[in-house]
Amino acid sequence: MKALFDYLIFPGFLFSAVIGLLAGWVDRKVTARLQWRVGPPWYQNFMDIIKLFCKETIVPEGAKLTFLFSPFFGLLSLALVATILGRSIIAPAYGFIGDLIVVLYLLMIPAIALIIGASSSKNPLASVGASREMKLVLAYELPFILSIIVVIIKSQGVIRLGGIVEHQMAFGSNIASISGVIAFLVALICVQAKLGFVPFDASESEQEIMGGVLIEYSGLPLAIFKLTKAIMLYTAPLLLMTLFLGKDLSPVFAVAKYIGILVVIILIKNTNPRLRIDQSVRFFWRFPAVLSLVAVVLALFGK
Amino acid sequence: MNIKKTALTKSIWVFHISAGSCNNCDIEILDCLTPRFDLERFGIQLIGSARHADALLITGAMNRKSVPRMKKVYEQVPKPCVVVAVGTCACSQHMFRDSYNMIGPLDEILPVDLYIPGCPPKPEAMISGIVKLVTKIRKSK
Repeated sequence: MKALFDYLIFPGFLFSAVIGLLAGWVDRKVTARLQWRVGPPWYQNFMDIIKLFCKETIVPEGAKLTFLFSPFFGLLSLALVATILGRSIIAPAYGFIGDLIVVLYLLMIPAIALIIGASSSKNPLASVGASREMKLVLAYELPFILSIIVVIIKSQGVIRLGGIVEHQMAFGSNIASISGVIAFLVALICVQAKLGFVPFDASESEQEIMGGVLIEYSGLPLAIFKLTKAIMLYTAPLLLMTLFLGKDLSPVFAVAKYIGILVVIILIKNTNPRLRIDQSVRFFWRFPAVLSLVAVVLALFGK
Repeated sequence: MNIKKTALTKSIWVFHISAGSCNNCDIEILDCLTPRFDLERFGIQLIGSARHADALLITGAMNRKSVPRMKKVYEQVPKPCVVVAVGTCACSQHMFRDSYNMIGPLDEILPVDLYIPGCPPKPEAMISGIVKLVTKIRKSK
């Protein structure tokens, strides 16, 4: 019963969806202010979701069953990530050994759900988007995991999120060292790609491939994908905060750190043009991967 | 007022079809999204795919090449959706009415909910038209 409540309401689905939609509003508002516009009201993203629930759902001719199922896989796994992260921030002693690895796997599932959904929709532009998404996943997972290995090394091989938080509470944040700073920057760029934000949004580019992976989705499944994006906007900065800035996670500091990371991500989004997919793969395998390897070596030497 | 109608009128995603226009109307539509007018205040966004659309903005004179494609796009949009004829060409064919290549004004081809005349219509005219349409939808049952 308690677990169900955790999963569906408080640190899980409902809470993270509300916070994620509000964070999506922050994104749109900051973007608008940077362009000297006024921007939408705070309830805009909720209205978008409700409207999509009211619209007709069209299944294209020849689409497979996975077209309708795959959005739900992404949403369910991300809600689980939000639950695990939320529990390990509220009560670091709670949790099980290896939940960091579970979180890493579950964070990948929304991208896989997008790929499966797009490639079962029988649209050529969607399959172009799916192949780009696949290349992007291959590009950013290596530096992302390497930068998390830095965190694991710095907290003496603990692979429990609560344990990492406890270690940071005792010995200071992981970011307060050379290897920590490098790993944090690399992870931030990888989160940018995970969220599908500019400069790494080649798979969903609206101007060239008309929405890419989401092109055939309408109504309810599109709303589920938008909700998944919103929850991702809540969980991914939260994961960065837990891993790198975990010294003081009392509510005021936690909210301030979360908003700080969010605004940095939004500023990167608004000050960069979109990269072609080959450019982003080359970028990830040249700079962040090498930098995160350097960070691993530095962390092994205790820097 | 029920929540469904509120949501439908507070978040209008627009798909823009140019059925053979001279691009003046298209530029004025983009003007609506710039800092001076900023229609995103009311939740109005231009989107890339017709499957996500709530409103079709159709500009230009309807010629024999573009009309079958336009009908296809209209069938792809999830209902409920509204069709807006932007510019005098779409409303009444303007100076192309005697051309050999024209089929007819837009309302003989698709059910049109809103006419915005002008060559090109000013952004103020478009905003005023959208406000009238939204109030009409909210009052209807």
